[in-house]
Amino acid sequence: MTSGWARLRRLAPAAAVLAAMAIVTASAEIPLNERRSGYADLGRETKAMQDDDTANPGMLAVLDGETLWSAKAGSAGRSCADCHGDARASMKGVSARYPAFDAASGRPVNIEQRINLCREERQQAKPLAYESRDMLALSAFVGLQSRGQPIAPPDDARLEPFRDAGRETYNRRQGQLNLACGHCHDDNRGQRLAGIVIPQAHPTGYPLYRLEWQSVGSLQRRLRNCLIGMRAEHYAYGAPEYVELETYLMWRARGMPMETPAVRP
Amino acid sequence: MKFMLTALLANVLVMTAAPAQEALQRYEVVGDAIPSSLTGVPGDAERGRAIVLKRENTCLLCHSGPFPDERFQGDLSPNLAGAGARWSEGQLRLRLVDASRLNPATIMPSYYRVDGLTRVGATWRGKPILTAEQIEDAVAYLTTLRQ
Ligand code: HEC
Ligand code: HEC
Ligand code: HEC
Repeated sequence: MTSGWARLRRLAPAAAVLAAMAIVTASAEIPLNERRSGYADLGRETKAMQDDDTANPGMLAVLDGETLWSAKAGSAGRSCADCHGDARASMKGVSARYPAFDAASGRPVNIEQRINLCREERQQAKPLAYESRDMLALSAFVGLQSRGQPIAPPDDARLEPFRDAGRETYNRRQGQLNLACGHCHDDNRGQRLAGIVIPQAHPTGYPLYRLEWQSVGSLQRRLRNCLIGMRAEHYAYGAPEYVELETYLMWRARGMPMETPAVRP
Repeated sequence: MKFMLTALLANVLVMTAAPAQEALQRYEVVGDAIPSSLTGVPGDAERGRAIVLKRENTCLLCHSGPFPDERFQGDLSPNLAGAGARWSEGQLRLRLVDASRLNPATIMPSYYRVDGLTRVGATWRGKPILTAEQIEDAVAYLTTLRQ
């Protein structure tokens, strides 16, 4: 099952970013009561797959994550559980409030980066690579503990400039097609792009299982797909621009329930 | 000097461009139209139909049209049926070349423009979405969509 939008993708080799004029377009933000998750547009079968933990392929990543949670790692020889105990209690609602401000780096960190901070500083282990099986497993397991919880971005003034930067990126035309995220996800939400209903781009379900990927992937992987569809330069995983976009998208989806691990076409 | 620069550029292009890269043809906008063919010759409507339908050329992301066999069509913009009755050939040409000159807020990409774009991916950088010849073929096809 591949989508028309995605079939347009071609591999774009990484290259230097063009310093170019930024054209900011004004898209109207979606009124809070008109927001809907991408889940609402799923076909019956895909919905059923997400709803049933025994059929949801994302649950395999969650199970892997649960194993990793109690596995000792790094030269500190400690597991996540050694410090955090039962994730059902200690990690409840945590993913729903990331990205959060990290005082040490003076920037927001997303949940994957937060997990890696514990890997490096608490376990004295090597950081896990973005999109690696272990990182997706741990972030899916931590994410599951927020399933059903409302997205609750921290009320933290230090996040504001980063959220604003994310909003600006979201509304900036870019790429050869010269489109902004908001042209599709705000102005044309619910319309059909080559036959595919354009969702509102809410980050409620990540990491999630995407049928087209036939694997679990992070929100940044999804953003990369859209950037390539726009024929724009994508960013390296973990780049500040992605975290800023995530910060804005989570704020835009504030109050919406988390679905991790969701299923999408 | 000018000659050297051209030679240098030609070299760079040979080295970096996968499909041969063409310099953009100059064109003259008169009112809301480009009256003359970009290539100096009329396009081929049959080839133009294939260009409009081809997925990589992106038209059907946003548009639908009189294409009963195409499963994946968009509805972000007017149906292309009747475009040839609503618009002159010159108007259709400007619409494809640079729709933003007709409506700066449009979401329709400029198919024959390389400047004023931001963060274009390396694969596509410096190239128009369609060549002058493809634009002419597509225009020739669109003018046949009379109803
Ligand atoms: C040696 C103890 C220790 C280990 C081992 C450890 N952590 Fe932590 N973790 C902490 C402490 C202490 C904090 C909170 C203080 C801080 O900001 O560093 C924290 C914070 C977190 C947070 C952010 C919680 C929040 O409320 O914002 C997450 C998520 C997290 N850890 C995940 C993990 C995961 C996943 C692992 C295993 C890969 C792990 N941690 C291993 C001690 C540990
Ligand atoms: C040309 C229209 C278009 C543009 C521009 C676009 N997207 Fe998308 N986006 C889509 C479509 C269509 C999907 C649905 C997935 C699919 O089938 O490809 C999607 C999916 C998404 C999703 C997943 C939502 C979910 O339910 O999981 C997110 C998040 C997203 N886009 C964010 C962005 C961001 C951020 C940008 C700008 C960097 C962007 N998109 C640009 C069309 C677009
Ligand atoms: C990202 C969306 C998008 C894409 C891709 C796109 N268009 Fe458009 N097109 C529009 C919109 C929106 C309009 C309506 C006028 C406006 O807003 O500029 C339009 C208008 C038109 C019109 C005038 C329609 C009428 O009768 O009023 C024609 C003809 C046209 N487009 C042809 C094409 C062709 C051919 C392609 C591919 C080479 C294409 N478009 C690609 C969005 C798009």
